[in-house]
Amino acid sequence: MALADARAICQDLATRPADLAREAAALTALCRWTGRYAPMVARDSADGLMADISGVPHLFGGEAALREDLQSRLERAGLTVSSAIAGTRGAAHALARHGGGIVPDGRLAEGIGHLPISALRLDHDTVSGLARMGLSRIADLIPLPRAPLARRFGQSLVMRLDRALGQYAEPVAAAANAPHFGVRMTLPEPIGLQSDVMAALERLLARLCDKLAQHQMGARRVRLELHRVDQGAAQVEIGLARPMNDAARIVALFVKGVDKIEAGFGIDALRLTAPVIEPLAPEQISAHHRVQPEHALADLLSSLGNRIGFDRVLRLLPAESLIPERSHKIAPAAYSAAEPMPAQTGPQRPITLFSPEAVTGPSGNPPARFRWRRMHFTTLRATGPERITPEWWFDDPAWRDGLRDYWRVETEQGPRLWLFSTPQTAQGSPNWYVQGEFA
Amino acid sequence: MRSEADPFTLRPARVHEAEGRGRRAFALFQAARHAGPLIWILPAHIPEVPMLRGLPQGVGERLHLLRPSSEADLLWCIEEALQAVPVGLVIAEPQKPLSFFAGRRQQLAAETGRTTGLMLIPTGAGSNAAETRWQCQPLAAPTKASADSTLHRWNTNKNKSGTIKDWTVNWDGTSPAFHMVSKARERYEPTQPSR
Repeated sequence: MALADARAICQDLATRPADLAREAAALTALCRWTGRYAPMVARDSADGLMADISGVPHLFGGEAALREDLQSRLERAGLTVSSAIAGTRGAAHALARHGGGIVPDGRLAEGIGHLPISALRLDHDTVSGLARMGLSRIADLIPLPRAPLARRFGQSLVMRLDRALGQYAEPVAAAANAPHFGVRMTLPEPIGLQSDVMAALERLLARLCDKLAQHQMGARRVRLELHRVDQGAAQVEIGLARPMNDAARIVALFVKGVDKIEAGFGIDALRLTAPVIEPLAPEQISAHHRVQPEHALADLLSSLGNRIGFDRVLRLLPAESLIPERSHKIAPAAYSAAEPMPAQTGPQRPITLFSPEAVTGPSGNPPARFRWRRMHFTTLRATGPERITPEWWFDDPAWRDGLRDYWRVETEQGPRLWLFSTPQTAQGSPNWYVQGEFA
Repeated sequence: MRSEADPFTLRPARVHEAEGRGRRAFALFQAARHAGPLIWILPAHIPEVPMLRGLPQGVGERLHLLRPSSEADLLWCIEEALQAVPVGLVIAEPQKPLSFFAGRRQQLAAETGRTTGLMLIPTGAGSNAAETRWQCQPLAAPTKASADSTLHRWNTNKNKSGTIKDWTVNWDGTSPAFHMVSKARERYEPTQPSR
């Protein structure tokens, strides 16, 4: 039914756009939960789950009791589901979407015979073609000779039918679990010495890094959880400036954090996880075992970032804007790459930039004499003006005064300052501000 | 050894100091002359940040900015950066006077990492351990003929392995190239040609 038709019938119909990504995530979570009923659970089309329960039902007291248990648990969780148990994947799929139920063993043809043909996972053309021939139920299809059916409607129809009736095997293809980057170690005797913790950490890291390297991944954050004998827990987390799976370089960053840990009566379990990972292609190892300069720099940025914070280790990146404040971006160095500076054209720019500071007592245009930061300045020569207009597509409170006329003012006292005036202000005389200093 | 032709080469693997109004310009001049990654350690409360489009060629993409929030973190950052081998030049702006202890630690760190350091200090807040101390002032170009020059007066007032001197330099802030300006002298000739 089209949405317009549905609205015509029910006028206060509430509709939401489908969020496929979140639905898939919810189904994946449900898939993990269904693992309590069967070892092999797979997604079955966009809206279903398929579990291979062979050998399981007696644990729940029979197939009917298992289905009852599943239904009631999901109902308690607020989910409306329909489920079916059958000897084949195709039959269970068909029955679950048409009422649900249980097909007893060996009676597949009777169990799904009354279902419409569309339940067989066929494409729309085949279904309508069969309907035109008067074949609407699966039971109509079963006694027909296979060869003419295959010639007329293609091999897929016969294949689907055979699979649903169990004449052709179709296993439940459960997807492999995503690799989990976490390792742990329990100790027979509690440890307390820093060197012991570091030794345990090195063993864990070697295992974690092997696993990371095997999946061509590098860690961006590594977390060490330490469990004490008195049920207390401590945690050390480090960040890395670039994805890394080199145990020797990661262990050096843990030294400071491990030093601060209170061991109490001893630590008897350690858990090491990599909560944030990024793909890392294998690299050529140099023959001389020399640390490459970019790796050494990354190590430095990691250790700096772990102490003062990664948001304080910065890099300047060029940006496309004529507004001085927005002509460069200040980005965390660990999460950005250096970009070459485009060739500088146009008027000279100052070496340092700060937020505008008003000058006092300016006289003339450009001011011949002014005071700034409690110093008197006399203009020797001024270059300008360079008119910069605000970017109207940003609402920047600093640029509410309208356009600015920038001047490079060389003072008799020495400093070469970047002054600007705001000619569009409502007051009679424009205000003058200093925003930068030249070399 | 330094050659007399280029007196502004900082002695490598040592920590130097610069003071005065033009110290940031001097630091950028040195940054353009050092190869490798550059680290500029600037306390978080300092409003002046380097403007990427005004930096000398090739400095912007090599520059890393550290903004530690406390003086202790700043000193730690200086030592850590000096100890790192790949870094070309470490520029830092300590806000409090450097103690001899801190200065000596920095010298040892610089020797470990073979890295040169340059501290931009408030006037008179240096440490005795510094290799050289530079006084940097921007200078106005007095005459019309020199109107297109950007003059700097750089002089050493401390030098552990050389003499104290002063220079007037014309450096435009775009490349490592600079021009020495000869000393101004008293004018002996008459201002106007005799009639």
